[in-house]
Amino acid sequence: MSSRPDYRELFDATPRAGAGKDWLPQLKISAIEQFEAVGFPTTRDEDWHFTSVTPIAERLFKPARPHATTLTASDIAPFTYGQAKWHLLVFVNGRFEPSLSSFAQLDADARVMTFAEALKEAPELLAERLGTLAPKAHAFTALNTAFLSDGVVIHVPKDVVLDEPVHILYVTDAQAANASTHPRTLLVAERGASVTLVESFAAVGTPAYFTNHVAEVMVGDGARVDHYKVQRESGSAFHVGTTQATQGRDSIYHSFSFATGAQLSRTNVYSRLLGENAEVRLNGLYALEEAQHADHQTFVEHIAPACSSREVYKGMLDGTSHGVFNGKVFVHPEAQKTDGKQTNKALLLSEGARVDSKPQLEIFADDVKCTHGATVGRLDETALFYMKSRGIGGERARALLTYAFAAEVLELIELEPLKIALEASLFARFMQAEQV
Amino acid sequence: MLKITDLTANVGDKQILRGISLSVNPGEVHAIMGPNGSGKSTLAQVVAGHPGYQVTGGTVEFEGQDLLAMDAEVRAQAGIFLAFQYPVEIPGVSNAYFLRAAYNEIRKARGEEEADPMEFLDIMEQRLKIVEMDDAMLQRSVNAGFSGGEKKRNEILQMAVLEPKLAILDETDSGLDIDALRLVAEGVNKLKRPDRATIVVTHYQRLLNYIVPDFVHVLAQGRIVRSGGRELALELEERGYDWLLESAEAVA
Repeated sequence: MSSRPDYRELFDATPRAGAGKDWLPQLKISAIEQFEAVGFPTTRDEDWHFTSVTPIAERLFKPARPHATTLTASDIAPFTYGQAKWHLLVFVNGRFEPSLSSFAQLDADARVMTFAEALKEAPELLAERLGTLAPKAHAFTALNTAFLSDGVVIHVPKDVVLDEPVHILYVTDAQAANASTHPRTLLVAERGASVTLVESFAAVGTPAYFTNHVAEVMVGDGARVDHYKVQRESGSAFHVGTTQATQGRDSIYHSFSFATGAQLSRTNVYSRLLGENAEVRLNGLYALEEAQHADHQTFVEHIAPACSSREVYKGMLDGTSHGVFNGKVFVHPEAQKTDGKQTNKALLLSEGARVDSKPQLEIFADDVKCTHGATVGRLDETALFYMKSRGIGGERARALLTYAFAAEVLELIELEPLKIALEASLFARFMQAEQV
Repeated sequence: MLKITDLTANVGDKQILRGISLSVNPGEVHAIMGPNGSGKSTLAQVVAGHPGYQVTGGTVEFEGQDLLAMDAEVRAQAGIFLAFQYPVEIPGVSNAYFLRAAYNEIRKARGEEEADPMEFLDIMEQRLKIVEMDDAMLQRSVNAGFSGGEKKRNEILQMAVLEPKLAILDETDSGLDIDALRLVAEGVNKLKRPDRATIVVTHYQRLLNYIVPDFVHVLAQGRIVRSGGRELALELEERGYDWLLESAEAVA
């Protein structure tokens, strides 16, 4: 590791307000120490067997420097799904941009704050929760904590239902070329609360940069969180994102991950089912081309009894792209009556594309129902012939079938405007701008 | 219109069609009957251009053109339509989109303007009536979750929209109850015109009570062993296929 860029040095050179005086600098210091201790993962690590992060590890991505942005509302319009009513927080190159954001009157006592605001207005919430959920031992999580500079804190109190989704949009442009951002999200939904969170990652232009995102989501007893992640980074970018949820009794956590961007990406979505009768749904879709590499790892930890987990992940791979899916389900001895189901499908669109799929079930309870299925295949020849027999030519038939493969999983998105926007973007990608 | 001469075809190493000759003229209805495994579905699929069969000999002409040199989509654009025995489910593609895409491809091939979504809806309104289908099915994915009867009606709906010159119905009667059978047959009859021809591939003669053929051909072991008029179908209904198979073996 010694030949690699020294993040400790970078950390020490980064100014930190009030270093050593309170909990946040302490948290950061222990994080950089943690990072130093574990280092970047290698393909010898079981969790990173199919994904080499060397392209990230071998260069030093300094945190993007604060600067005035030149982006305007029309630059970000393509990424807001046409939803003016949503609570929108825009970060440009890792920095919150109030002029591009609009979060109007929030319902009841719910709070949506940037980190800077939260440090002033809700320090106890931050101090109590931040960093308690995300896996500290993970190098990228540690790096995020060490270089954490901004992010969003969402607090939805007991029985409060946020009617409009909260949309956090991270945009990167050429001003952050070769730099990194370490955005952080903390969402706390108290007992019986309900909220929809959309996190989008987008780029203006095609800069190379590194996004290292961490989201911590606490879903209280009987609460419901719908969490959408749309990763459409620049094709030259690197993206690592980890979402860790914990769920109380009777809670629902629904995650949907959509990924078409970045040259190299890793998306972790983890949930710990701590209370009885909780329900988790982890769904996702990725579409890759050229030499893109996308790795998705899900981890559902059934700790309490009678919880259910459902997962559907689909990938479409063209060019020489490489997809990885690792779906872990761990059932603790106490987690009787667990009901788990996992489906993972990949569609190979070229000879050069490749996918590695690894379902991983570890079950230590005896009264459980857990299934998984993984398929890797090409377009259905019978369906192709069916379309041709109706006059639809080969290329068009392929495009339509490819789109259909994706559309099926997009049906699982319950947030209608987002579903329509993602369908449209895939449709344009595969069908060259026609209408369904 | 369609002229098949000494057609032979294989699946892998196995020969299925062993020399078929058949002529179909505009306005005619031909029935192709035969026991399971006789090659009648293969014949339908080969004419439609299924890539799973290798044509090893013979010729097929459609309106004077070499059909075997055309890709399946070009055959469809030229006016050939195969109603599938097992219509394929395509989850994620709406019937409306699928039908409009097919309709426009065929219009383009004929040098006509494409229909925009509104025009197309008007066309659909009329065609849905032919098979007595509700327009709600337009929003459903192609054949996905359809009952057997709905799938077959959907095939006839496609035929009604695409208006082929030559329609080949491959065991369209299989799996249908009598009401669904009548509905499907009526749909086919409503689409009959003097410049169009129909080939009905069927195991049983009951469909031919509704779609009355001008000619009946019996296929056995990849050959046409007997051709006749409508009365041949009735004779088969009464006597079964065995008497013809025995004579076919004698020839072989």
